[in-house]
Amino acid sequence: MAHCNGRCSSCGGCLQGLEPGGAQTPECTKRILLTGNPNVGKSAFFSRLTGVHAISSNYPGTTVGFMEGTLRTEGTCYRLVDVPGAYTLEPTNEAEEIARKLVAEGGDKVIIVLDATALERNLVLALQVLERGIPSVVALNMVDEARHSGIIVDSTALEKELGVPVVPTVAVTGQGIRELVARLDEARVSPLTATPPESRWQRIGSIVSRVQKVVHRHHTFRDRLEDASVHKFWGALIGIAVLSLSYMAVREIGEGLINLLLDPFFESAVRPVLMKLSDILGPGSSLHTLLIGTLFDGQIDFEQSFGVVSTGLYVEFVMVLPYIVAFYAVLSFLEDSGYLPRLAILFDALLHRIGIHGYAVIPTLLGLGCNVPGILATRVLESRRERFIAATLISVAIPCAALQAMVVGVLGNIGLRYVLLVYGALFVSWIILGRLMHKLLPGYSPELIVEIPPYRLPSLQAFSMKLWFRIRGFLVEATPLVLGGILLANLLTTAGVIGFLAKAVAPLFNVVLGLPSSAAGAILLGILRKDVAVGMLVPLGLSPEQLVVATVTLSMTFPCIATFVVLWKELGGKDTAKSLAIMLATAFTAGGLLNAVFSFLS
Amino acid sequence: MKQTLNALEDGVRAVVSKMPAGECGKRLEALGLYPGKAFVKISGMPFHGPVTILLDQRQIAIGHGVSSHLIVEAAQSPGETG
Repeated sequence: MAHCNGRCSSCGGCLQGLEPGGAQTPECTKRILLTGNPNVGKSAFFSRLTGVHAISSNYPGTTVGFMEGTLRTEGTCYRLVDVPGAYTLEPTNEAEEIARKLVAEGGDKVIIVLDATALERNLVLALQVLERGIPSVVALNMVDEARHSGIIVDSTALEKELGVPVVPTVAVTGQGIRELVARLDEARVSPLTATPPESRWQRIGSIVSRVQKVVHRHHTFRDRLEDASVHKFWGALIGIAVLSLSYMAVREIGEGLINLLLDPFFESAVRPVLMKLSDILGPGSSLHTLLIGTLFDGQIDFEQSFGVVSTGLYVEFVMVLPYIVAFYAVLSFLEDSGYLPRLAILFDALLHRIGIHGYAVIPTLLGLGCNVPGILATRVLESRRERFIAATLISVAIPCAALQAMVVGVLGNIGLRYVLLVYGALFVSWIILGRLMHKLLPGYSPELIVEIPPYRLPSLQAFSMKLWFRIRGFLVEATPLVLGGILLANLLTTAGVIGFLAKAVAPLFNVVLGLPSSAAGAILLGILRKDVAVGMLVPLGLSPEQLVVATVTLSMTFPCIATFVVLWKELGGKDTAKSLAIMLATAFTAGGLLNAVFSFLS
Repeated sequence: MKQTLNALEDGVRAVVSKMPAGECGKRLEALGLYPGKAFVKISGMPFHGPVTILLDQRQIAIGHGVSSHLIVEAAQSPGETG
């Protein structure tokens, strides 16, 4: 069974247990390290070689931890370690620190992946690894893309220079993989001796001059698009266009799935079955209350009945799932196209003022899907201070797709302006809280220094795999929590626990937030899942303004349980406590202020 | 003329003459930028945003603070692009 140290960049591949990589049999003790610069296709190699699905994206830093899988060749079984991308073994960030440790621990063989389009820079790490004296094989990857850019690398000449086998490959299509595996047996220790750092570039320069030819070519459309995307005017225009189109696509796909497919299905196929079940259980019985919930005019109201199999299934599969599918489809496309790092350039100036740099747009965008991968991805940021700010901001002000789906579903029916109010309040809190943390927390935040990958047309296969893994991740993780959450909410309500807690916090809720104490139960249950909590608010008969205050407070207070666990893992106990205190303070301040404004206006 | 990277005009080809000190310098070097290396400045973002350069056909974004400590020398007159 493959395992990944709980550290890969997305919960889709990580928390779910991975696909068969072959059981780790006792004789499988030989270790191969897969090393290379960031974004050279190591994860694509890893998936090809082991059959274990590793999330790969078109930007540096997708794999921050490391993954392990099994590679079987004729006669031998290896444990293959996907080492996080590093430019150098003299670490300049956490991923490189992990890479340095893994290489220092050594292995039986190393596969060094080189990006043929950026040979000079890639050779820095390659030479450092070769100098360790581990038998090596080099995969000269992306030879197709290099050829398109007019860069021709002579792999036979490179093989002579490095003294180890060099195989030209295209990992995404699988070209050269078989030859690479076949030549693993030829892996040998490079005869190259250690290079002193001051003459490193000279040595690399002379190797490059002997193995690489660059053919002059004219500016292509892609070059122009790449330049325009980081231009101060055109870049902003492209950014606005991409974000608006993405937003529209998520809405259209999500609504389309709901209105054309899932809602009709629930009405025509699920409702009759549940009504039969309702008759059998008998309305009013305690089992009926738990499973079906309250009937309205003798009918199930999917949004309000609040039974485990009525509202529970409806929330998960009709209200939330379509937006999860839509969001991840759009995000995965953006990831694989290479646009996200360009967005980082556009947002750097703004984010720098709230204590994080532009690259934090990537964890933030991931957080809009689910806070868990968002917070895991804060590892792409260099300093602890930045990671704390970014993770806290995500937990406080970035609503996950499930929560957003419910906000849009519930408030959108009453009026678009209420939805906008919720987003506005979250955005303003994000800016103010970031600014405050930047001013008050000791230390400084490092600068953006990042390589921008070329634009690529996402491969359909990799895209669908990634989308499927993310959707499956959501289903496996959310289903028990949503159904269990509603069950627990019903049990606690029946047992009077919710009523008791609601009484205890009633003054706070009545005076500060202007909410009935019954809303407290929903916000407390938000710890399990926030989408369920919004569902609990629906039957309370709140005014639109009260719903806005309640959803804003709910979004900002405690993170859901899954987010809490990763926060703890990433920040440690002390900083998590600090982060939680900030969340509570921000939630009640923002909720209280909104309530004050609403009462002032009325 | 020697100047800082953020002061360099857009579209100009230049050569690195002095790297910023410390960690940032190391990170830039890891990305393939070292004294004597040629590149083209593509753009600088407003409001102290980052500078993007083209280094061996690959774009690299460099924060405003670091780019004001990277000393470069223009290799040709403005207007010509590499």
